[in-house]
Amino acid sequence: MFRYGKIAVPLQVLICITTVTVVALICFLAKSVISYRADALVLLMVVSVLGMLFDIVPVMIAAVLSALIWNFFFIPPILTFHIDNTEDGLMFLMYFVVALLNTVLVIQIKRERRKLRKKEEEAMIIHLYNTVLSSLSHELKTPISTIIGSADMLENESIQLNENQRKELISGIGIAGQRLNRQITNLLQMSRLDSGVLHPNLDWCDLEDLIHQLITTNNINDRVQLQFHDPLPLFKVDQFWLEVILQNLLLNAIHYSPEDSPIKLSVTAVSPELEIVVSDKGNGIPEFDLERVFDKFYRVPNTGQSGSGIGLSIVKGYTEAMGGKVFAQNNKYGGADFIIRIPLEASYLNQLQHE
Amino acid sequence: MNKQVILVVEDEVQLQKLLKITLESSDYKVIIAGTGKEAVTLAASYSPDLVLLDIGLPDVSGQDVLLRIREWCDRGIIILSAQQNETDIVTALDNGANDYVTKPFRTAELLARIRSVLRKNGNAEQNPEYQFGNITVSFADRMVKRDGLPVKLTATEYNLLHLLIRNEGKVLTHRFLLKEVWGVGQQLETQYLRVFIGNLRKKLEENPNQPQHILTESGVGYRFV
Repeated sequence: MFRYGKIAVPLQVLICITTVTVVALICFLAKSVISYRADALVLLMVVSVLGMLFDIVPVMIAAVLSALIWNFFFIPPILTFHIDNTEDGLMFLMYFVVALLNTVLVIQIKRERRKLRKKEEEAMIIHLYNTVLSSLSHELKTPISTIIGSADMLENESIQLNENQRKELISGIGIAGQRLNRQITNLLQMSRLDSGVLHPNLDWCDLEDLIHQLITTNNINDRVQLQFHDPLPLFKVDQFWLEVILQNLLLNAIHYSPEDSPIKLSVTAVSPELEIVVSDKGNGIPEFDLERVFDKFYRVPNTGQSGSGIGLSIVKGYTEAMGGKVFAQNNKYGGADFIIRIPLEASYLNQLQHE
Repeated sequence: MNKQVILVVEDEVQLQKLLKITLESSDYKVIIAGTGKEAVTLAASYSPDLVLLDIGLPDVSGQDVLLRIREWCDRGIIILSAQQNETDIVTALDNGANDYVTKPFRTAELLARIRSVLRKNGNAEQNPEYQFGNITVSFADRMVKRDGLPVKLTATEYNLLHLLIRNEGKVLTHRFLLKEVWGVGQQLETQYLRVFIGNLRKKLEENPNQPQHILTESGVGYRFV
């Protein structure tokens, strides 16, 4: 689609004048084979085409200029503005009117189209906003309801609860709180990314240590199979960002794959790049959505899973903020691979045997 | 025995209540300050055994309160910090805080930190020998044994281990460790630290990938437990 208003108006005027002049010159040179009345149609066509591309003022100028050129160079007697013949006079007048009408109509159509597009965009934004709001409020309000409801139950003296029920309510509060904490953390990170004032806090990082610690804290040791290609060097990286990226990828893989199916996390140092691949055995991602899964709030339709559509956009945000790339592909197990490549400074000091 | 006194500096009323209940149920006497100014005054008049300080106070910067209290008070200070603000935490630790707990915290974890910091305050003397897991360290002859068999540590590895043990239970920042073990001027070379921690774990931990004693405090430092 041609983008209107991209070319500055003075440049548009220049293009209009040049085009009209060049076409008129060609017509003038071909005078022996084309009659001057046919030339009028050629020029009219040029003005119409310009009308489709440019703003009203340059096109008006083209219309007036072409009319004058036609009159001066083509209508006999040529090289005067004088018109001998009534028919030619009528044609000149009609030329002028048609050229102007043409311009005005084209401009009107353009304006309508622009309005329509704006409306469509607005509708899309409203739709996205509503989807986001409903999924977000679900993600946030559900744990909140659990907490408030459980507290009510525990507080209410007229309700007799047995020890088991009490315990269940109490542990529910804890679990809901943690879920809420994860959501809020993600939202905070997203707004951090959106603010655009992110500076990586670079320091040497023992990636193996970081990963072991991450899966231990998240209690996912049993689900994640680690694969380090060769002993990993130390990388100079923003440790916190990398943790956020890995945590989101791992929890995402676990969320979207069958219970107890293994998640593979493999890390390779291909100097000067760090490559991390997270593979799951879930249902994969529809071809159409492979790129879109990283869009903010975007969720693959009909997965039957809840979620806010924030996690992967944070992965993308932090990866790109470190100058890296992330992409998704489907693997031979039917699941998805998430691949991250970040150019990083590496140190092999940790592989020396002696002090 | 007199109850130990903890000054809680926290502006959020619900959290004040939770902390008061938690701490009182563990037999501490609790004083509460809702603002930074109040905290400084109360710290001066009660001289508490420990201060639990929220670093994100609304009236003044928690770091300022920390510095003000530290000017004259050498008692334990534990920082309460909003999640994932390593810079704040490291600054606070370098400003003299003894430890930190991030929100949301588990009460068991908080109590463990408090006990550890209070213990540190009370007894600074050292046994000639120290034991953890299947490891025995004897300080007099700088010997480390694993299941009774000697483990060969380099001088730097031993110094690092010694420093960690001396500060058992307490988080030590990268900067502190580098300064103490390698001396001034090496503070930025954290890669050495990573390497030596890795070596110590390989030599002393049952499973170096899931260390039980030399723990990583992500983005902040290390803690020996």
